Amino acid sequence: MKKIIRFYIDGFKGMTLGRTLWAIILIKLFILFFVLKLFFFPDFLKKNFNTDKERSMHVIENFTKTK
Amino acid sequence: MNEIVDLSLIDWSRGQFALTALYHWLFVPLTLGITFILAIMETIYYKTGNEEWKKITKFWMKVFGINFAIGVATGIILEFQFGTNWSYYSWFVGDIFGAPLAIEGIMAFFMESTFIAVMFFGWDKVSKRFHLVSTWLTAIGANLSALWILVANAWMQNPVGTKFNPDTARNEMVNFWDVFLSPLAVNKFLHTISSGFVLAGVFIIGISAWFILKKREVIFAKKSILVAAIFGFLSSLFLVTTGDGSARLVALKQPMKLAAMEGLYTGKNGVGLVAFGIFSPTRTDPENSKLKEFIFKIEIPNVLSYMIHQDANAFVPGVKDLINGNEKEKILSSADKISRGKMAIETLRNYKNSLTEGRKDEAMQLREKFMSADFQDNYFKYFGYGFITNSSELIPSIPLVFYSFHIMVILGTWFLIFFILSIYLVLKGELTRQRLFLRIAIFTVPLVYIAQMAGWTVAEVGRQPWVVQDLLPTMAAVSKINAGAVVVTFWLFALIFTILLIAEVKIMTTQIKIGPKDGGH
Repeated sequence: MKKIIRFYIDGFKGMTLGRTLWAIILIKLFILFFVLKLFFFPDFLKKNFNTDKERSMHVIENFTKTK
Repeated sequence: MNEIVDLSLIDWSRGQFALTALYHWLFVPLTLGITFILAIMETIYYKTGNEEWKKITKFWMKVFGINFAIGVATGIILEFQFGTNWSYYSWFVGDIFGAPLAIEGIMAFFMESTFIAVMFFGWDKVSKRFHLVSTWLTAIGANLSALWILVANAWMQNPVGTKFNPDTARNEMVNFWDVFLSPLAVNKFLHTISSGFVLAGVFIIGISAWFILKKREVIFAKKSILVAAIFGFLSSLFLVTTGDGSARLVALKQPMKLAAMEGLYTGKNGVGLVAFGIFSPTRTDPENSKLKEFIFKIEIPNVLSYMIHQDANAFVPGVKDLINGNEKEKILSSADKISRGKMAIETLRNYKNSLTEGRKDEAMQLREKFMSADFQDNYFKYFGYGFITNSSELIPSIPLVFYSFHIMVILGTWFLIFFILSIYLVLKGELTRQRLFLRIAIFTVPLVYIAQMAGWTVAEVGRQPWVVQDLLPTMAAVSKINAGAVVVTFWLFALIFTILLIAEVKIMTTQIKIGPKDGGH
C-alpha cells in the first residue's frame, strides 16, 4: 500500500506539463459543479415536487394534456 | 402540441444540447483512437527494445494526456441538461439511461484513474510488461466508457427491452441483454469507435507530416505515420462495414431518417444511391414545402435498394410513403399513427383520472387494456405520434441531414484513400519528397473533425422529431422552464467550451512544436 501511495506522490511531484493540465481539470470541475450545477442546473422535477409519486403524476398530466 | 411549450424554449434547449454534445465530441474520438495507437507503438517497443519507439510512444502519450485533460468531464454537462432542460425525457426513460451512465462512471473512474496513472507515472518504475498491459487497459477502458452512453443512445433510436409503466410514466428495463445487445447498439458502438480510430490515424499522420515538412524528427514522423496509416486503414475498412450495417438498420427502424439521408421523396422499386446532389433554395415539392427539389444530382441506379435489401429491385419507401402510407407495402399513414397515438394518450389519461377519482374497477380495467399485448403493439407503439398535430412535423430537416450524410461519406472515402497513399509513400521511401501530400495531410486533420460532426448530425437531426423513436417527441420532452435561462446557459457553455478549445489547441501546438524531446509528463 505504501509503495502505491509513494508511486502516486512521486508521479505527481515529477509532473511538468501535468501541473498545468491538472490546474485546468480542477478549475473546470469547480466551474461545473460549484457554479453551473448549483446555480444554473437544478433538477426540475426534484426541485418542484417532493415525492416520486408527485413527479409521476405531473409527468402523466403533462403528457396527457394534449388532445 | 405547441401549446405545451413555446418553440423558442425547444429550439434553445436543442441548440444548447447540440452545442455541448458537439463540443464534447471534439475531444472524445481522439482519446478513443490514440490510446490504441499508443498501445500498438508501445507493443513494438516492448518487442524490439528499440528506444526510438519508446520516444514515439511517450510523445503521443503526451498529446493524448492534453486531449484527455481538456476533454474529461465535459460530458457531465449533458447530464446536467437532462435534469433541468429535459426533465420529462429523463423521467420517461427511467433507468434505461441511469444504469448505463452509472456503469460508465464507475468503470471510467476505476480504469482510467488506475491505468492512466501507471501509463504516465510508471515509466521505469513498473516492469515493461506491466506498463504495456496498463496502456492496453487504458485503451480498452476508454472505449468501454463510450460503450454505455452509446447503448443508451441506441435505445433512444430503437427502444427495446423495456416496458412503459402507466403508474409511474417511466420505462422499466425488462431485459438488459435486449437493450445492451440490440443490433443498433452493437453497430452504433462499433461504428462510433472505429470513426474515432480513423480520426486518431489522420491526426497522427497530419502532425507527423508537419514534422517532415519542417525537416525535424523525420524518422520519428515516418514511423508514426506507418503505424497510424495501417491502423487507420484497417479502421476505415471496419468503418465502411459498420456504416453499411448502420444504413440497413436505419432503413428498418428509422425509415424517415434514411429517406432524408438520400433525399428520397417517393418510394419505388430499384432505388438508386444519390452520390452527390444540390437542393434548390426555392423550388419545393407541390405536395409539401419541406421537400426541396434537387437542382442537380448524380445517382447510381439500383444501389440503395441493393445496399438495404440485397435486392437491386427491392422497394425503399420515400418521405411521401411514410407520411401518406402505402397499402401495397403495408406502410401505415402518419394520420393513422397519429390517431393510434392519441388513443394511447387518451387511455393513459382515462386511467389516471379514474385512479385519482377513486373509480378503482374502471382503473383496473383500463390498466389491463393498456398493458395488453394488442394495445402495446397497435397503440402504445405509436404513443409519441399522439403529440403530433401536423404530419409535416414528422419530417426532419432534409437538406441538413442529406448534406451531412454526403459530407461524411465523401470524407470517409477520402480518408481510406489517404491511408492507402500514406502507407504506399512510407513503404516506397517517397514520403519526404511528396511535399504536396504532406500539406494535404495537415489539411486533412480538420476534415476528419468535420466528418465526425457530420456523422452525429445525421444520427441526431435525422431522427427528429423524436427523442425516443415513435414514443416521445422532442417537444414533449422539454421542461417548462424559462427560455431566458436556457439562452444564458447556452452562451455560458459556448464561452467555457471555447476557452477549453483554445487551451487545448494552444497547449497542444506548443507541445508539438517542442517535439518528442524529453519524457516529461
